[in-house]
Amino acid sequence: MNPDIVQLVLVTIVTAATPLFIAAVGELVAERSGVLNLGVEGMMIVGASVGFAVAYMTDSTVLGALAGTASGVLMAALFAVLVIGLAANQVASGLALTIFGIGVSGLIGSGFVGQKRTAAQALWIPGLSDLPIIGRLFFGEDLFVYAGIALIALVAYFISRTRAGLTLRAVGDNHTSAHVLGLSVGRIRLLAVLFGGGCAGLAGSYLSLVYTPFWSPGMTAGRGWIALALVVFASWRPWRVLGGALLFGGATVLQLHAQAFGIGLPGQLLSSVPYAATVLALIVLSWRNRRGAAAPAMLGMPFISDR
Amino acid sequence: MRIDLEPRAEPSRWASIAAPVVALLLAIAIGGVVVALLGKSPVQAFSVYFIDPLSASWSLQALAVKASPLILIAVGLSFCFRANLWNIGAEGQFIVGGALGGWLALATHDGAYQQSLGGWWILPAMMLLGIVGGALYAMIPAILRVTLGVSEILSSLMLVYIAGYGLDYLVRGPWRDPQGFNFPVSVTFDPEATLPSLIADGRLHAGVLLTLAAVLIASVVLAKTMFGYEVRLFGAAPKAARFAGFSERTITLAVFAISGGLAGLAGIIEVSGQINQLQPSISPGYGFTAIIVAFLGRLAPFGILLAGLVLALTFIGGEGAQVAMKLPLDLTSAFQGILLMCVLAADVFTRYRVRIVTGAAR
Repeated sequence: MNPDIVQLVLVTIVTAATPLFIAAVGELVAERSGVLNLGVEGMMIVGASVGFAVAYMTDSTVLGALAGTASGVLMAALFAVLVIGLAANQVASGLALTIFGIGVSGLIGSGFVGQKRTAAQALWIPGLSDLPIIGRLFFGEDLFVYAGIALIALVAYFISRTRAGLTLRAVGDNHTSAHVLGLSVGRIRLLAVLFGGGCAGLAGSYLSLVYTPFWSPGMTAGRGWIALALVVFASWRPWRVLGGALLFGGATVLQLHAQAFGIGLPGQLLSSVPYAATVLALIVLSWRNRRGAAAPAMLGMPFISDR
Repeated sequence: MRIDLEPRAEPSRWASIAAPVVALLLAIAIGGVVVALLGKSPVQAFSVYFIDPLSASWSLQALAVKASPLILIAVGLSFCFRANLWNIGAEGQFIVGGALGGWLALATHDGAYQQSLGGWWILPAMMLLGIVGGALYAMIPAILRVTLGVSEILSSLMLVYIAGYGLDYLVRGPWRDPQGFNFPVSVTFDPEATLPSLIADGRLHAGVLLTLAAVLIASVVLAKTMFGYEVRLFGAAPKAARFAGFSERTITLAVFAISGGLAGLAGIIEVSGQINQLQPSISPGYGFTAIIVAFLGRLAPFGILLAGLVLALTFIGGEGAQVAMKLPLDLTSAFQGILLMCVLAADVFTRYRVRIVTGAAR
């Protein structure tokens, strides 16, 4: 096979994986604090519509990405009021956030359907980016990719090496003890949930600013849910999220290339590959791990302070 | 400022009736603000969404027909949610039920079976296949959960996408009507495979009666049988339920079978009562909206009956508002999300005494 094609395939895998791991690493932080936010899909799609709208109006990809991130934080704040402030059911609240987000993103994006922007520029380091096979892969991605990987490194360091990270895990594993120790369970969870929302919003704006790059209704197409599955698949460990996302990115790209090369399978079968792969990944993981051993113990449980 | 929650010993009876009503009013108020932000009249929107559909016989019939699948699915989901199990793939079970039941209509289309056997059996067999299809599809996440501990939330949702692509393939491929001018639709069902109308020339079909029957049966099962008690106890106090010797495995499989079966039945009712053929998409998101119906109805069959009518109203009103006021259809989904959030927020008042403490009082 031509080395240029190999490189192209590898680069598209990274592009497909990036929105997944950015959203997943944010959700990972929220879940480590004990909050299950099923609204990733909703926060992501709002991020995609707001990100595109702002980038289109200001003609700035950076402003678009910032606005997309901010919209994700706002959505997460709504969720936090319900599940942290009012101790509402987390599963149902997350679903509400997703249903709401799909509608709102349609309203925001309705004026931008059919508009196009040029995709965000990829980095280009003369010499390094020209290297065969690995040149573009390592030195010629767009800035989101590097920012996303930096985010993972940061989260990994934060969770395992810092005092604040220890606090986060303590709250996620036993909120009652954490409370008795004088930690503010609600405030820590709020910050974790907001961080998760920001990441989902950023991941969504990546889709509409780099991946496609245009806005279309429902464009996240279940990626938020796949990001949620990735967190489980990664056993709540940041670097494994990156590995998992690359695997899923691979499945998506394989499916696209198979369609392009006209492999004799129905398109719908190939399109369902990422979703089937997600189920399969969950099965393989459960097979390997004992039940729920890796999950934060308080995941999904509301905390009610008895003062 | 902070919010203090103090658990109530008993859920407040008064609050549990008032909460959904307050939530609905609150959601309508917020929806009005959104409409105003879009530059339209909230008063006119309210009338188009909630009053106009109630003013004509044809739209009342449309309301019952739209509410029917929502109620059927939500009644099934209420069993799951009460047991603290999260089947959120009802949309997929709806599609599989509709497809499997619809397959019989295609297989018997103008065939020899009908002439020799009279054709009366086709509709009941289709309904049965719809139930079986939905229940079997729901068994996948249920079995994965009880054997391997796979999260039923994620697996049931992923299966929605797979079911959608599956139906799309069938209708564009092997099940396409050869005389259909290349449109991706199946042949139109024979009269033997179509649910009869209850009113001459009306849209109200016999599926509505099946929905009412399901509501009645479900309310008896939940309130009066040992199984209903097990389901409720399992959700409220899983440790006590295990101590009492109830099998988690049996209850999980049973509630998934019930919710999948009812979603599948809703699917085949929609296909044989409304659409009368198979097409790439057979649901405007009933499986997801039904989750809102279940919560607005407080997971009780008769509450769900009322809640189903309210959400059906938003679907029909949404279509009306699109035509009459050029309001985008996405408004319906945004409103439904707001409504569910309000319901969940209001629910807090039934379980806790809520006190807002201002900074000085600390």
